[in-house]
Amino acid sequence: MIPSAFEYRRAGSVDEAIALKREAGSAARFIAGGHSLIPLMKLRLSEPSVLIDIGRVPGLSGVSEDGGRISIGALTTHADLESDPLLLAVAPIVAEAAGEIGDQQVRNRGTIGGSLAHADPAADLPAVVVALDAAIHIAGADGPRAVAASDFFRGLFEVDLGEDELITAVSFDRPSRAAYAKLRHPASHFAIVGVAAALTVEEGVCTGARVAVTGASTHARRLSAVEEALTGSRLDDDSIAQASAAASELGDVNADLAGSEEYRRAMTRAFTGRAIAAAASR
Amino acid sequence: MTMQATPGRLVGQRVRRREDPRLVKGRGNYVDDMKLPGMLHLAFTRSDVAHGIIRSIDTSAAQAMPGVELVLTGAQLAEMIPPMPVATPFPAPDHHSVTPDRVRYVGEPVAVVVATDRYLAADAADAIVVDIEELPAVVDPERAMSGDPAVIHDAFENNLAVPLAPAGTGVNPATLEVEDESALNEAFEQADVVISQRILSQRLVPNAMEPRGVIARFEPGNDELTVWSTTQNPHIARTLLAAILGMGQHQVRVIAPDVGGGFGSKINVYGEDFVAAAISRRLGLPVKWIEDRSEAFMTTIHGRDVLCYLDLAATGEGKILAVKMRLIADIGAYEMVLTAAIPTLVAFMISGVYDIGVVRCDLTEVFTNKMPTDAYRGAGRPEGIYFLERGIDMLAARLEMDPAELRRRNFIQPEQFPYTTAGGMVYDSGEYERALDTALANAGWEQMKADRDAARAEGRLVGLGLSFYTEICGFGPSAAMPSVGLWEHASVSVERDGKVRATTGVSAHGQGHETTFAQMLADEFSIPMDDITIVHGDTGQVRGGTGTFGSRSQVVGGTALLLAASKVQDKMRRFAAPMLELQPADLSFSGGMIGPSGREETGVAFADVAAFAYVPIPLPPDTEPGLSEEAFWEPEGFTWPFGCYISQVEIDRDTGELELQRFVGVDDCGNVVNPLIVAGQIHGGIAQGVGQAMTEEAVYDEESGQLVTASFMDYAIPRARDLPRFELDHTVTPSPLNPLGVKGIGEAGTIGSTPSIVNAAVDALSGFGVEHIDMMLRPEKLWRLIQGGDA
Repeated sequence: MIPSAFEYRRAGSVDEAIALKREAGSAARFIAGGHSLIPLMKLRLSEPSVLIDIGRVPGLSGVSEDGGRISIGALTTHADLESDPLLLAVAPIVAEAAGEIGDQQVRNRGTIGGSLAHADPAADLPAVVVALDAAIHIAGADGPRAVAASDFFRGLFEVDLGEDELITAVSFDRPSRAAYAKLRHPASHFAIVGVAAALTVEEGVCTGARVAVTGASTHARRLSAVEEALTGSRLDDDSIAQASAAASELGDVNADLAGSEEYRRAMTRAFTGRAIAAAASR
Repeated sequence: MTMQATPGRLVGQRVRRREDPRLVKGRGNYVDDMKLPGMLHLAFTRSDVAHGIIRSIDTSAAQAMPGVELVLTGAQLAEMIPPMPVATPFPAPDHHSVTPDRVRYVGEPVAVVVATDRYLAADAADAIVVDIEELPAVVDPERAMSGDPAVIHDAFENNLAVPLAPAGTGVNPATLEVEDESALNEAFEQADVVISQRILSQRLVPNAMEPRGVIARFEPGNDELTVWSTTQNPHIARTLLAAILGMGQHQVRVIAPDVGGGFGSKINVYGEDFVAAAISRRLGLPVKWIEDRSEAFMTTIHGRDVLCYLDLAATGEGKILAVKMRLIADIGAYEMVLTAAIPTLVAFMISGVYDIGVVRCDLTEVFTNKMPTDAYRGAGRPEGIYFLERGIDMLAARLEMDPAELRRRNFIQPEQFPYTTAGGMVYDSGEYERALDTALANAGWEQMKADRDAARAEGRLVGLGLSFYTEICGFGPSAAMPSVGLWEHASVSVERDGKVRATTGVSAHGQGHETTFAQMLADEFSIPMDDITIVHGDTGQVRGGTGTFGSRSQVVGGTALLLAASKVQDKMRRFAAPMLELQPADLSFSGGMIGPSGREETGVAFADVAAFAYVPIPLPPDTEPGLSEEAFWEPEGFTWPFGCYISQVEIDRDTGELELQRFVGVDDCGNVVNPLIVAGQIHGGIAQGVGQAMTEEAVYDEESGQLVTASFMDYAIPRARDLPRFELDHTVTPSPLNPLGVKGIGEAGTIGSTPSIVNAAVDALSGFGVEHIDMMLRPEKLWRLIQGGDA
């Protein structure tokens, strides 16, 4: 629980952060809330030689809406998401999911950008941004770019983010009906399985569905078979159960003390049903 | 002496803990808060494999680092200090502070670094290269008993630490020979019903909020060693440190400053403590070692890990005829101070609160490649009561009898006390039916059952569980632990200004002695609590002591304090008598005055008598000046608190998640000095019991022997949101064995809660043919039972 020695640099702007990173090279890491990186450093599973603190870079925090597009700064903490009036009013799925992360101390420090960049296979917010079809906004030496959330997460701790890039914001259209349901790990409060569902419903019929799961496999991913089964169906207990059943057709599934492969498949099905039902009732 | 709340008295009142303001404001003084001039820091290199032979250790890189003062391997340390002490009568293998040749569990220390800075010490410990030839590891005790695939200590065939220790009916207690099985056989032959079940009380990590820590300062000028330690028992620590270092007890002082919890895990003196002391002596400089949380998970003693094959014989009317337990205790890789003794306490509990004619408990203790076990809150009693209370509930289910009624039919009756169990335990006092009835009434048992049945009819998996515990408390007498003795010591000094300074040999680490003991003395002397200081945790200031464990502080320490106070009172009466021209026997204490009984206000002020005692002109005949007395006290027998816990749970049919919805408890710990502190003890104990039942399990990988649950990310201690509001109450059955009439309450919550919750979970799943579920009640395990698969 004693990290190796490291140098500490504080960036005053996004450009400075990128410049510092280019200068320090691949042994350097960005740090914001530190609630993914610092535990790894304490166990010496990660031993960066330089930490570039982006936690005080101005302009990267807060939630705003412009023409129906919601934007969340990368440094917004989970605690801020949890209590944000705009999110609670128009995208409560984000506030709910953030409120389920860890405990209060973790939520006070951890940031949405950090959570997405770290991409823990059991983190909550990756499933939410995938379901919301969010854009991940990235800054780098070659200028800003945006990538769709479902393309951003690629594998185990593997994301579409270059060495010298950092996340600046996440944006998504105001969702119609969306909800997140999660089976909490009793110790870490990470998701054993977490499912986010975003639906478009017209006169009781589902006309569009994006459903994403976290915790079940290497990274947050869409449950396409569930989405297809839902789309065009009239939303009721039977159709939700039927669509959820398709959730079992995951590829490789994680297995550990908290849940075997069989249990995780079953829980993916159960929480898919819960997330869809909760979204439908919004 | 009555200990119930009486007007004008503090004993029996919910007095807030005097310790808390300093602790919650960060003004406490813990071992890690202390910095001594010239102090060096230790870090240990530990084995990352569970079993193997050390081929070589390369310390050159560590030694070359600037600021590294010394690096020692286990082999080098073995030349400086002998193997660690054991306080149990069973044979034990050598257990070195740092292993010289072979590693037997993950985390076992193999080398130590001494450096000028803690971070540097950690880097240097990391730089030591240890070449270990791996051997197969064994973590399942029943597999270990075959001697395959590994024998952990060559001298202990088939890994049997204690091959077989039988106890109970038909066993000669002196020789441990089984002499007559006829009563046992007869009971099982006569039985209408026999319950047989394999039950595990799983391995747990104690997880005190403050990890272990030590500062050792050897002063070469006067050959004295001072050790600041996170110990629960500084006097035992002094005895063991002096013995291992070859010093006299007069040369060693052990100080326990503020200590952040122990739960039994800080009874032991650990290898790191001996190494710190030995290195300080070698270098002539103070050294500090602070355990980190990863080390705490891996290398502070674990608790429980006892397996029971239970057989219970009963009549069709529910009269229990006999109980048989075959126990297999997985004690890990070595024996520590009390390791081998803890499972024997399970055998002491075999009768519970029931009048059972025949009992038999056979105990085998087994080495495995895991951290050694030792005392963890409850220590043997939670295991024993859990096994028995599960069996009782299985019997109730089999007989389709209300579990409360079945227990009622078997209770030891009030007129049977003092009651000697078939296993030879002597219970001091008890009135079990009153506690049961109070719990049933408070819970609304009949309504709970009706509500459960209604919920079941809706398809909800609601279950009710009831348990009734007793426990062995208030350790001694000394015969129970001949290696150190089990008395307690106290001193009380009234200073010349009338302020009181008292010392106690028990050593609080969260128990609130500074409050409860001051309450007692405030009443005895009839002075304000603020005029009283309670000193504990320092062998330099406290002349004698044993320590805080086994729910003994109030029982044994409290009584010693009362006796010391009573001696000072006698002396104050002798000083006051000539001032008042009365006889000492006519005087008593009230309202800060000493005067004629009933009219104390006409006497002299307490402080004036104190002043006179230090300047006694003239000195009363046959009286020494001053007011300072001490007392040693040893109880003649154990105290036996008891209580009834009722749980309501609901299991989510889709996920197997279990919600503890209600928890109703009635505890009887005899008289109560401070109900607020007693409630705190019960709350904490229940929370730990909920942890064992629902969320906690130390899991080692079957193949590699790695501790899988080695952090709070994997090992879940319950959080506030996991717990319902506890609905608690008391009955009061004083103990006749001490003048306070107290019984002890530190561990009760951990004992009755696990069977109550598991009984409720089994009840909830009874529709699926479930008769027993092993802890912890993992959601997946419950989900599989609901799916009709195996748990």
